[in-house]
Amino acid sequence: MTLFFAVLTPFVGAALVALASRLGRSHSAWAAGAVTLASLAFLVPLFSLPFAGETLIQQHDWMPALWLNLAFRLDGLAMLFAGLILGIGLLIIVYARYHLSERDSMGRFYSYLMLFMGSMLGIVLSENLIQLLIFWELTSLSSFLLISYWQHREEARQGARMALAVTGLGGFAMLGGFLLLGHIVGSYELSDVLASGDHIRAHPLYVPTLLLILLGIFTKSAQFPFHFWLPHAMAAPTPVSAYLHSATMVKAGVFLLARLFPALSGTPEWFWLVSGAGLATLLIGAYVALFKHDLKGLLAYSTLSHLGLITLLFGLSTPLAAVAGVFHIMNHATFKASLFMAAGIIDHETGTRDLRRLHGLWKFMPYTATLAMVAAAAMAGVPLLNGFLSKEMFFAEAMQISQNHIGGWLFPALVTLAGALAVAYSIRFIHDVFFNGEPVDLPRTPHEPPRWMKVPVEILVVLCLVVGIAPALTVAPLLAVAAQSTLQTALPEYHLALWHGINPALIMSLIALTGGGLIYLARRPLFAWHERHLDRLDARVVYNALLNGLIVLARGITRLIDTGSLQRQVFLTLIAALVLGISPWLANNAPLTGSRSGLPLDAVSLLAASALIIATLATVWLHKQRFIALITIGVVGLVVSLAFVKFSAPDLALTQLSVEIVTIVLLLLALYFLPQHGAAEKSPGRAWRDGAIAVTAGAGTAALAWAVLTRPYDTIAGYYLANSVPGGGGSNVVNVILVDFRGYDTLGEITVLALAGLGIVAMLQNLHLPAPTQDGSGRLWDHDTHPTIMATLTQILLPLALLVAVFILLRGHNQPGGGFIAGLITAVALIVQYLANGTHWTHQRMPSDSHPLIAWGLAIAAGTGLASWWFGAPFLTSTYGHLHWPMVGDFELASAMAFDLGVFLVVVGATLMILLNLGGLHHTPPKHRSPH
Amino acid sequence: MEALISLVIGVLTAGGVFLALRGTTFPVVLGLTLLSYAVNLFLFIMGRLAIGVPPVIRAAAEGYSDPLPQALVLTAIVISFGMTAFVIVLALKARSELGNDDVDGLHHDEDRHR
Repeated sequence: MTLFFAVLTPFVGAALVALASRLGRSHSAWAAGAVTLASLAFLVPLFSLPFAGETLIQQHDWMPALWLNLAFRLDGLAMLFAGLILGIGLLIIVYARYHLSERDSMGRFYSYLMLFMGSMLGIVLSENLIQLLIFWELTSLSSFLLISYWQHREEARQGARMALAVTGLGGFAMLGGFLLLGHIVGSYELSDVLASGDHIRAHPLYVPTLLLILLGIFTKSAQFPFHFWLPHAMAAPTPVSAYLHSATMVKAGVFLLARLFPALSGTPEWFWLVSGAGLATLLIGAYVALFKHDLKGLLAYSTLSHLGLITLLFGLSTPLAAVAGVFHIMNHATFKASLFMAAGIIDHETGTRDLRRLHGLWKFMPYTATLAMVAAAAMAGVPLLNGFLSKEMFFAEAMQISQNHIGGWLFPALVTLAGALAVAYSIRFIHDVFFNGEPVDLPRTPHEPPRWMKVPVEILVVLCLVVGIAPALTVAPLLAVAAQSTLQTALPEYHLALWHGINPALIMSLIALTGGGLIYLARRPLFAWHERHLDRLDARVVYNALLNGLIVLARGITRLIDTGSLQRQVFLTLIAALVLGISPWLANNAPLTGSRSGLPLDAVSLLAASALIIATLATVWLHKQRFIALITIGVVGLVVSLAFVKFSAPDLALTQLSVEIVTIVLLLLALYFLPQHGAAEKSPGRAWRDGAIAVTAGAGTAALAWAVLTRPYDTIAGYYLANSVPGGGGSNVVNVILVDFRGYDTLGEITVLALAGLGIVAMLQNLHLPAPTQDGSGRLWDHDTHPTIMATLTQILLPLALLVAVFILLRGHNQPGGGFIAGLITAVALIVQYLANGTHWTHQRMPSDSHPLIAWGLAIAAGTGLASWWFGAPFLTSTYGHLHWPMVGDFELASAMAFDLGVFLVVVGATLMILLNLGGLHHTPPKHRSPH
Repeated sequence: MEALISLVIGVLTAGGVFLALRGTTFPVVLGLTLLSYAVNLFLFIMGRLAIGVPPVIRAAAEGYSDPLPQALVLTAIVISFGMTAFVIVLALKARSELGNDDVDGLHHDEDRHR
């Protein structure tokens, strides 16, 4: 799992870097560099594989049934991107050390940067699409942290929020797209997806799939009409922009275009959507970049434009265009990262990024100026630099397409215009900043930056030159394998060289270069025209309007449903349940009564049922006389447990009976602190309305119960009945299900019970309620000591009750009983001591803290489960054996009994904890409620 | 017998629903208790009604009732207790904080305390 470790390293590194920052400012930079190198060290030895034409796939099954696996892939394209991410990342780490000021937290910066780097690596190295998407979302989140790094600035917070909203929306759409893709292909593995391109394109779900995936790609790579977030993300520190908005984050979208190229490209839908969005972004970006007065703004829009160019190339769908696209990804990353860094140096040394104030810097920093000029020339596509080569390929493809396709000369004309605009803004970048008169009112006197701030720029600029001059000797093999793995087929014929002879592409380049120069010369009237007509256009206005509209709508809907009244919420929930429950009855005309013959009615049952019904009605009728209602509801509970006795469920009967007792004690304790009588209804009609709902619900449930009971059924219980003794070693099937077959569920349930107990204790902390002085009928509360006969009897009975509990616990595996029931019986036996003898008396004789019981119970239950791992079996596997005990005879012992002991302890602990804390409220010193 | 059980479940549901819709906490807790009886019985009868055949393996047994709904309901009963306890303590907390036992947590008798 080398690839997995390569991706994991930056995530682990994020924590290390944050720790290292405590040692000093430079330490986190060193740590970040070391982490990046470690990740590279995992990958570099594997780089020989893609060059040998192999694709490395490392896979670890997670949920194969859902096609969810941890799977990584290293091929040419992944290698290219991993190299860019880690290589440029390393340069950024060096650069940022000098760029960030004393006030900025280094640890936080590098920690976020590592998180982002890991997420990016995860995207490009993923083989599983869902896994890819998770990393995709992680880049959105970590870039949010990076963009908002200067949290005190409002535009940083806004920019980060906008980037997250737009890319998050896209990520959500892409999840849908990937799910559809998985549905079409029958796998989320890229290898399978890439191999079934024809099948995908022919599938009826192709268009929705494509639309959803493109939505994700376009938002991430800031393609029109989602381009507006990128310029606002420039509020990030410059190293972040240099990293995220040149080489990585925004390249994730085009990476995916390249990755899914064999699976999705080649259809008219793909052509028009992808190249359309690309062309629009190319032109808009190039046009707006020319007019930006902010140095980083200019670069941001130029980035948009270049991303549009790459998107357009992939949209054209020809193999050669895809090769050009991959090539331009590499070139753009190198020259744009160096330009951002140069802009950061200028900002750092002069204190401003305003192009109207920055002039004539050549005098102050000739070295930096030279570097920036070379990089800008690459951006403009000047020969001898890498940008020229890929732009030339782009122009050639544009010509090619215009011959085969619709549009005639319009398309080449438009791309040449975009090229000319690129030349114009590149000239502006160079001429305005380094020449063009004297600087205007700079906050600082500029000079050359520290040595190591220039080194990363130098490296990138040298790369631009070397690739531009001798492409065949340098970049050709890498481009070949990257393009090969993008296309997944044989490479088209192409030739990387400076000179291809005089051809249309060269002519277009020349037109673009001259045209760009002319546009720059005519910039003054153009600026005036732009400012008069177009400057106010801002997609952010639309975005804000949409966002506000959405928020208003959401608030409206919330207000409509949630009026802040819980009573109304219960009402709406019940109405919804009724509608859902009744509608199938209306749609279905099967007879209500089924074919199964019933049991005969007997007098005792009739009597018990009548008692239950009368008690229920009495509870409802008398609910305002709360004490009486409590007695009647107790009757209901008792009859329910009798029903369990009658219908062959002894375990349930025992449980219900003991729960009934603790419930009534609980409600009695609570009633002590609540008003003894209910208030009048808020409105007179409400009782009738609720009555109608209640009767409908009751009738519906009764009808459903009847329909079920009169129908025959198949049960899966046969398995449990057959395997209970041979498999679980117990003859009480219900108990064996609880502690063995479904032991995991039971573990969850006792955890819930423990949490409920703890939650109650937490809520009762510092709770002060005025104790009533008289009961519901106005009589004074009796402060008598506890009744002697009851006190004495319960003391005698306690050992007996505990003995019964132990008996019930031990026999539970084979006879009705078990941990739940024994726990409840024990709790009742102990509670009775409190009732009869008082809290004070009992506390002196018994430990009152039930936390350890719960803790031990959970530990034993979970420990039983873990113990099976020791024997190499899955969690909670049970075993049993027979023991011969002299005098008693053969004795069966199952490991599930230990589990049941855990259940027992938790039930005892939680029940005691709840009741004792509630009972103890009475004894907290009464404090007068503060008047308010 | 089936009709009787269905009727019992219906009555319990109706009573539970009516009480759950009241405006003060104590009847709501009573209503939830009634509803959990109804739900537990309803789940239980999914295994149909059978008399004298508990799901405990014996050599002489004529048959067994369905153990699966029983196991389901057993834990449900205990969890219902936990839930009831939680809700009633929540009600006490609300009364202590707001001075009334209204489910909506209104401050309506603040004036009276002044």
